[in-house]
Amino acid sequence: MKRRNFLGLMGAAGISATLATEAQAGGNIHFEGYPGSKGVLFDATRCIGCRKCEVGCNEVNNLPKPAKPFDDLTVLDTERRTQNEAYTVVNKYVQEDGTTVFRKIQCMHCLEPSCASACFVSAFAKQPSGAVTYDESVCVGCRYCMVACPFEIPTYTYNDPITPKVVKCDLCDANIKAGRIAVPGCVSKCPKEALIFGERDELLKIARNRIEAAPDKYLDHIYGEREMGGTSWLYLSGVPFKQIGMREDLGVQSGPELTSGALSVVAMVPALWPLLLAGVYGMTKRTDKINKKEKADAVAEAIATTQDKAKADLKTAMERAQADKEATVKREVAKALEEAAKAAEEGEKEEEGA
Amino acid sequence: MTTEAISKKSLFTPFNVIAGLILALGAVLTVWRFTQGLGAVTNLDNNNPWGIWIGFDLLCGVALAAGGYVTSSAVYLFGMKKHHAAVRPAILTAFLGYLFVVVALNYDLGRPLRLPYPFVVQSGTTSMLFEVGLCVALYLTVLFLEFSPAALEWLGYKRLRNTIHKCTIALTIFGVVLSTLHQSSLGALYLIAPSKLHPLWYSTYLPTFFFVSSAAAGMSMVMLEGWLSHKPFHNVMSDEYLGQHDDLYYGFAKGASWVLLGYVFIKVIGVAVDNEWSMLASGWGQWFLFELLGFALLPSLLYAIGARERNLKLIRWTALLTVVGIVLNRLNVSLIAFNYHLPSEMRYFPSWQEVGVTLFVCTMLVVTFKFIVTRMPIFYDHPEYKDEH
Repeated sequence: MKRRNFLGLMGAAGISATLATEAQAGGNIHFEGYPGSKGVLFDATRCIGCRKCEVGCNEVNNLPKPAKPFDDLTVLDTERRTQNEAYTVVNKYVQEDGTTVFRKIQCMHCLEPSCASACFVSAFAKQPSGAVTYDESVCVGCRYCMVACPFEIPTYTYNDPITPKVVKCDLCDANIKAGRIAVPGCVSKCPKEALIFGERDELLKIARNRIEAAPDKYLDHIYGEREMGGTSWLYLSGVPFKQIGMREDLGVQSGPELTSGALSVVAMVPALWPLLLAGVYGMTKRTDKINKKEKADAVAEAIATTQDKAKADLKTAMERAQADKEATVKREVAKALEEAAKAAEEGEKEEEGA
Repeated sequence: MTTEAISKKSLFTPFNVIAGLILALGAVLTVWRFTQGLGAVTNLDNNNPWGIWIGFDLLCGVALAAGGYVTSSAVYLFGMKKHHAAVRPAILTAFLGYLFVVVALNYDLGRPLRLPYPFVVQSGTTSMLFEVGLCVALYLTVLFLEFSPAALEWLGYKRLRNTIHKCTIALTIFGVVLSTLHQSSLGALYLIAPSKLHPLWYSTYLPTFFFVSSAAAGMSMVMLEGWLSHKPFHNVMSDEYLGQHDDLYYGFAKGASWVLLGYVFIKVIGVAVDNEWSMLASGWGQWFLFELLGFALLPSLLYAIGARERNLKLIRWTALLTVVGIVLNRLNVSLIAFNYHLPSEMRYFPSWQEVGVTLFVCTMLVVTFKFIVTRMPIFYDHPEYKDEH
């Protein structure tokens, strides 16, 4: 990929991140879920732990029959979680006073799901119907959704070597849309109306009315109204939610909000780092150049000084040599003249003697 | 000695025998993994979707491969020009590091053949993992280009080599941008799970922690590799490489000392911002302090002393300490302090097959490194390109 394309992509990523989390960026807009979207209200004070909801889920989704039959309630003695073969399970919680409270687990169908925000192929989607759905056909199998889910719901078919996938409740979205059923499998089987399927806004009203009608029976809190930015499943309980295995420390920030800050910085890095680094490079290069020039100047100066001195030395030496030479010539000439004079004198003498 | 004896000796060295055994084991594990599935060879489950193939191979692998961007930017951008002989070994290790991170990732992905899906089928741009994937893919390409001149010199493709060589500065800057992004994004992966990661390790500053510590990891790794390569590859090291080597140690020791000190500061700020002082007295707090004081503050001091006293031996051992510390930090975030709320019987511990695959991938890296440095101009300059820097 070319750098330009990359920058474009990063910009697009930054923009889409900003758009997706407009609630925080804008500050005054808050996503409260699709209007008219459906959810389920679970009332722990009504649940008797009969596991009929598990049966309903199993049948509607054509899941394999469990080793121990559904009417074997000893299964409840150990705490369970969702499995590839069970999109929902019911757990039993014995309270300090000896009473038992049951709680059903399944995908909470968050209004702004962490799994959808975390998925790098957008395999998860919050449907206007209220369901959070999963598209197996694009899933790469990185399992980041399982890391991200605060309710520890998605499971993975680890033993499938070729086409493993993530598994979780889809609020029977496919079956309802196809018209095969009208309400989710689990809800339809509940004999005690511990589960109600309906518009989330309506469910909130029902929940508030129940709390108001029997304030001694209920805790004044609807779990899921605001947890993790709100969920389509809502819970009522007579005992603290912690005592029925639900975390009370999740906060009200949605998953996407948790990463939006870091994502918003992403676009700044490719935008500003190159300028800064190119600047540093420029400064380094300039320093280098200045250093080099200073060095060259110093060297040139040193050379010039040395050369001048050498020239002067040479000149003196030459002059001295010249003088020497002239003196020598003079001396030699004088000597020759002297010798010639001497020879002439001696010749005369010989002539005289002969 | 006859030539036959020499070739026999060179084939059955202790290194070759051990590496051969690990590679054979790795081949078996590879077949096992891809025919029987993740469930057959790993201890991963629905509560622990990520094991050491992510926690060690990916997180530690990428952090320890940071030597590439640290060295190339120090030399080409920040004016440590005289250390240019250290760039090629650092780039090569970074390239191989990232390459084998991607290899290891293919063992962990449920459907590895779909790895390009985020870029060609459907993009989830709100995902931190998308950013990690995009940056790692691009950076691997950049590292390949940065490394390629060595291979092209070896192969004798002069023109292509010269064209790529001209892009050095652009590639270096691009490499720093990409490294900044994905080193920090690896920390940002965990931002979405505040309820699962222990509060002492969870912080909105996680991306900054990861990026800053990666710089210290990169410098320490370059020094550690220099130390480890010295003996086996001495015969392929140029006088220039050897001559400036000690100086590089002092420079990087000083740099790493400051970076680690800054890292300690921001980690303390992380505790202060979330007001988690009281947690420091708990068992987790002791473990947190052990990591922070023993593997960040202590090496910072030791590096400073080593650089001041020109103590090579101290600097080398400190490099090892820092690298161990980075590994500890990444394992804490991804595995040890992750899912801290689960009862001990539901916690993850790697299977021997997972450890085996990790060992296999590391061995492939070392063998490839050895293959390349004994053939290509990595620790020395190719005679034809000696004077161009």
